[in-house]
Amino acid sequence: MALIRNPFDHDLPSADSPQVHVHLDGKWVDVPLGLNVIEVARRFGKLIPHYCYHPKLSIAGNCRMCLFEMGTPKLGPDRKPVLDGEGRPELQWVPRPQIACATTAFEGLGIRTASPLVESCQKGVMEFLLANHPLDCPICDQAGECKLQEYAFDYGKGRSQFGEEKVRKPKRVDIGPRILLDDERCILCTRCIRFAREIADDDCLGITERGGYNRLSIHPDQRFTSNYSLNTADICPVGALTTKDFRFRMRAWFLKETQSICVDCATGCNVTIGSREGFVYRLTPRVNEAVNSHWMCDQGRLGFHPIHSKHRVLEPARRVETGLFPGEWPLVLGQVAESLRKLEPSSLALLVSARLTNEELFLVQRLRESLRGESEIFTEVVPRKGQADGLLRSDDLNPNSKGARILGIGADGEKLPELRKRIEEGKVRALFCLHEDAIGAGVPEEMLERLSLLVWQGILEDKSCERAHWVLPGASFAEKSGSMVNRAGQVQRLHRAIPTPGRAKEDVWILRGLILALGGEDVGQSVPDIFSKMVATTPAFHGFTWSGLGDQGVPLPAQAG
Amino acid sequence: MIVVRRPDLSWVEQLYLPGFWEGLKVTWHHFVARLSGKTRVTLQYPEERPPIPPGYRGAPVLVKDEEGREKCVSCQLCEFICPPRAIRIAPGGIPEDSPYAKVEKAPQEFWIDMTRCIFCGYCEEVCPEEAIFLLPQHYSLNGRSREELLHDKAKLYEMGGVLPLPIRKWANK
Ligand code: SF4
Ligand code: SF4
Ligand code: SF4
Ligand code: SF4
Ligand code: FES
Repeated sequence: MALIRNPFDHDLPSADSPQVHVHLDGKWVDVPLGLNVIEVARRFGKLIPHYCYHPKLSIAGNCRMCLFEMGTPKLGPDRKPVLDGEGRPELQWVPRPQIACATTAFEGLGIRTASPLVESCQKGVMEFLLANHPLDCPICDQAGECKLQEYAFDYGKGRSQFGEEKVRKPKRVDIGPRILLDDERCILCTRCIRFAREIADDDCLGITERGGYNRLSIHPDQRFTSNYSLNTADICPVGALTTKDFRFRMRAWFLKETQSICVDCATGCNVTIGSREGFVYRLTPRVNEAVNSHWMCDQGRLGFHPIHSKHRVLEPARRVETGLFPGEWPLVLGQVAESLRKLEPSSLALLVSARLTNEELFLVQRLRESLRGESEIFTEVVPRKGQADGLLRSDDLNPNSKGARILGIGADGEKLPELRKRIEEGKVRALFCLHEDAIGAGVPEEMLERLSLLVWQGILEDKSCERAHWVLPGASFAEKSGSMVNRAGQVQRLHRAIPTPGRAKEDVWILRGLILALGGEDVGQSVPDIFSKMVATTPAFHGFTWSGLGDQGVPLPAQAG
Repeated sequence: MIVVRRPDLSWVEQLYLPGFWEGLKVTWHHFVARLSGKTRVTLQYPEERPPIPPGYRGAPVLVKDEEGREKCVSCQLCEFICPPRAIRIAPGGIPEDSPYAKVEKAPQEFWIDMTRCIFCGYCEEVCPEEAIFLLPQHYSLNGRSREELLHDKAKLYEMGGVLPLPIRKWANK
């Protein structure tokens, strides 16, 4: 079950629905009773083209693109189906086409998805849809992933009999803080209206005017401010709704797609990172029925921008009197390891981020092992609290709090006050900040000045970085691979989409370098190697494999985490 | 497979003298024309320029329409089609107060790397806006550095100028 409740699940019939026999393009197949005909065809590799149907929204049946030819069992005089030689019911075909999106499977249903009647219907519907369409493709952001383009090519007839003037409608309509509407391109499928009403619970869109002047409008006193508004740009089959953030930035066909997850909160929505030449242009949600279904929130979608910020730290460096002095990685790592080794273990604390991947946290664990003598080394993560919205967003804004707890790095910052106390008392004199700002975590500035060693590893300059004796530039979520555990205990993978900028390095590379420089055991270079080492020593992950996580992740067994 | 038969030569032809004669006529014709100054073999390039046949593919450049509107809408199709990846475009929007706001999109920057271009003409062919052309007058390109041969948007418009064409797509939008 997804973490968000969908009002409809046309593609996921309930598990106890009985199987029925359906005649699909000349073959008898078994499908669950009540399955939507579009989904019946999809299960057997056939596409019934459609615009207004969406598996998670109510059925509108207004685009007429999904017309198919329907058959029902012939009944004899005894009201029983007439059987053919093979014991299958004989079918009689309804003379008029039906819409597939509003038809569900029943015993003896006949479906023809590509008969001459169906093809001529598709041609006719395409011609109607294009009659008033502006054919903006060269300036339309949807081009390349536009269902109107695709179906016009696959099912259209390539010519129009419409000789009149096209109807003009408003363009570039600002309907919300993050979204723009182009009414000429809209094909009036009402997907966005149904999404706003049924899922985002922000019923502000509707169709106004009549006939050919029909257009999508927003309520005059409202703006589409929902934190889920950008999902309508994804489900809009054409380029009528576009995101302001991605508008005119890059054409869809140039984007390299990397499957990853959103790291903006503990839900871990599955995303596709669209990048080109080391630059991330957009995140789009990726379907995962165990996590985010088809959706993601706007905040998470737009949350990637800091990775290209001009405040990125790009060079490993040491602080000298005049400022930061850049160094070479092997030297810097060796010197940092040396200063860590010289410390009394109990005087060192690790302030770790629960935004790190399991593999990085595992290496932190290893680093802690190789540094500890008699006494424990203090570690804790920094909590980030937000507001849960009852849909996808979690109140925990750290994407891997569960992983940090499982790996024994920290639990929601319970020990942070103690860290502050220990620094105050002078028990902790050295601090290693991993992707966290000690000042943000509640350690006063003047106490940081007192530390004899402050090592900082991260991506964006912060107050701790400004005071750190050593600065180690790490990687953002788009620049690394790894796994994280979301709030429901789903272990999911991130994949590296772009290289790290400047001389920044992936965090597993930095941590492994430190461990090796301290004479610790080598856990391997690649993330899959580290993952398998981690699985071997962590009971909660018992039986997991890197490749076994797949694109959809694997849930932790119930008792773990 | 085609079998080409040798022609059957008559006895006069077998002497080869008519052939020699025809050949010598051509040679003498040119010889006389050259002596009398009727043909000139060399050109005083670059002051004198050879006639360039129509359809010759010179350097790809961007053009404006008769109103001086930049025609390219940065659809990036030429960037996509270009086999040696000579084209680079930074797409952008047209501000709402511009007279051409309805076109919505125009390139912020446009580069063609002439050290990469192979003059294939695909960009001209693929362009949906008739904005990029391989103009014959730009058959001669030279520069003192590679950077000079990286044509940017300003340079491409300067080379292209205005090219009036009958289709006025945006005028009727
Ligand atoms: S919506 Fe599709 S068909 Fe219409 S202009 Fe955009 S890309 Fe072209
Ligand atoms: S804007 Fe898009 S999703 Fe909304 S009705 Fe128009 S075509 Fe459908
Ligand atoms: S002529 Fe060919 S190689 Fe040159 S820019 Fe155009 S598409 Fe590229
Ligand atoms: S194909 Fe034409 S309109 Fe598109 S970017 Fe190239 S020059 Fe501009
Ligand atoms: S998908 Fe069936 S009518 Fe639109």
